[in-house]
Amino acid sequence: MPGHVHDDTAGRVTATEAAREAIAALRAAHGGPVMFVQSGGCCDGSDPMCYPDGELALGEADLLLGVVDGCTFHIDADLYAALGRPRLVLDVRPGTPGGFSLAAGDGLHFVSRVDPPGKEPN
Amino acid sequence: MKYEPPGKPGSPVDVAPRYENFIGGKWEAPTTGQYSPNLCPATAKPICEIPRSGAADIELALDAAHAAKDRWGDASTTERAAVLTKVADAIDAHREELAVAESWENGKPVRETLAADIPLAADHFRYFAAAIRAQESEITEIDKETIAYHFHEPLGVVGQIIPFNFPLLMAAWKLAPALAAGNATVIKPASPTPWSILKLMEVIGDIVPPGVLNVVNGPGAEIGKALATNKRVAKVAFTGETTTGRLIMQYASQNIIPVTLELGGKSPNIFFNDVAAEDDDFLDKAVEGLVLYAFNKGEVCTCPSRALIQEDIYEEFMGRCLERIRAIKQGDPLDTATMIGPQVSRQQVEKIASYVDIGQKEGAELLVGGHRPALDGDFADGFFFEPTVLKGHNKMRVFQEEIFGPVLAVTTFKDEAEALEIANDTLYGLGAGVWSRDTGRTYRMGRAIKAGRVWTNCYHQYPAGAAFGGYKVSGIGRETHKMMLDHYSQTKNLLVSYGAKPLGLF
Repeated sequence: MPGHVHDDTAGRVTATEAAREAIAALRAAHGGPVMFVQSGGCCDGSDPMCYPDGELALGEADLLLGVVDGCTFHIDADLYAALGRPRLVLDVRPGTPGGFSLAAGDGLHFVSRVDPPGKEPN
Repeated sequence: MKYEPPGKPGSPVDVAPRYENFIGGKWEAPTTGQYSPNLCPATAKPICEIPRSGAADIELALDAAHAAKDRWGDASTTERAAVLTKVADAIDAHREELAVAESWENGKPVRETLAADIPLAADHFRYFAAAIRAQESEITEIDKETIAYHFHEPLGVVGQIIPFNFPLLMAAWKLAPALAAGNATVIKPASPTPWSILKLMEVIGDIVPPGVLNVVNGPGAEIGKALATNKRVAKVAFTGETTTGRLIMQYASQNIIPVTLELGGKSPNIFFNDVAAEDDDFLDKAVEGLVLYAFNKGEVCTCPSRALIQEDIYEEFMGRCLERIRAIKQGDPLDTATMIGPQVSRQQVEKIASYVDIGQKEGAELLVGGHRPALDGDFADGFFFEPTVLKGHNKMRVFQEEIFGPVLAVTTFKDEAEALEIANDTLYGLGAGVWSRDTGRTYRMGRAIKAGRVWTNCYHQYPAGAAFGGYKVSGIGRETHKMMLDHYSQTKNLLVSYGAKPLGLF
């Protein structure tokens, strides 16, 4: 899997090359940006959900964690606090996306990791 | 004994190379013409192909459901109950077949599907058959001449989105009350487990009138959304994670329809020191109660994934538990001796491994497990993960986030007050367990824990008749209880005046 992690924004989310490629493909397919929302709980709860931009109505309690290639990444403030306010790395792995999330390409889904920047994913 | 895998000679389960959607009582090819391979998690090899449907297939299913809903809604409760009872009888008659199919597709050990998933699925249909027969309407005498009659009426057509962890049992939880109350339904199974419910349709598809029960498989982003946003759906029921739960509520707000949501959990399982006061059956039951975190390989919304043990018995009690955990037999899910099978998918195993890594980096101590086991032969590529225990404290991420795997986070507490504080220090409120020989204490704790279900001196029992659902971000609504009929019904009030005199206002 791709390794290089880019410090893309001043925020708390960075993305691997594979994630950026998937985002570029989604942007082209949707004619605009997508949005990410870090989920929690149950079957697919640890995955960031990827939607067409604006799909989830954001509320006062949603934090903007960062912007990756023009796509915003959000998390519920309570969830973020419960997780210990980590820096997240957006990546792509094989597998089916959970919930109503867009895929990161055929047979691929987005994941978020807490690895420090620069570390190669396993 | 070992069951032969589905499709092999001697197996109780036949497998077709390809399955279709179940719409209007018939097998219908997806309008997309596309199919996806469906993997067995024990071998990582395909079982069969499943439709990769699109929004148009949801419309076809809704057409069929709407065509069927009036006749089904008008059927007498005697008639509907008879159908549900026949469904239950058919499930029982095909117990082994469904148990083996469920085990092979999901990875859960067949000892669990034979003893729990399949018999419970049948029982939920029987329970709601009885509940709808016994349901009564209320009449209120407003005054001597004015009577308020209340009738239960079906909602119409509902959408139900099923999780991967109990594909058949969760379908039964949702189907039985919806059908009992006179609704037609369109079901979207979880993407990792699309097949066993189609095997269920082979068993019960002829019993339920055509169009009353429809199953469409495909990607959540396409068909899940198409179902949840659809103007022709009168209610959506969902089990899954919080963000999709929010989206479903958002779509429901646009259509002004109700939802029931069963979302995640991070359930505390609390062991007071008096459990170890005697070396008896109760202590043994409590030890098993802790080890139940490995039930269904931890893929349970109510997994007792946080064990809170009173500090003065920690060493002794945890020692017994670790011994029991080390004795867990892992492997072929179709071997009745197997206690834990593979996780449902590769991505789940990757997620679990990453959490164990996160936990250790946070300073948690690995007490047992922590790795993917090396299995031989057919299961070498399966998605297995060892039953794992991490010791730490409640602020660690592994204590706060649902891992959905066989990973227990254990910590200690000094007294009842601290146990309660730790138990409630979570975003979730689905389940909890309290273990003590002091019933005054179990009652106080049970009432004070902010969770919808507090198992007291037991865990992981899911009988029909006990209401199940979440506090806090764990969801809205209750399941497995007759009150569920209200979640699937409208209330019609006829306010009738039997008097002859005008009001006298005009």
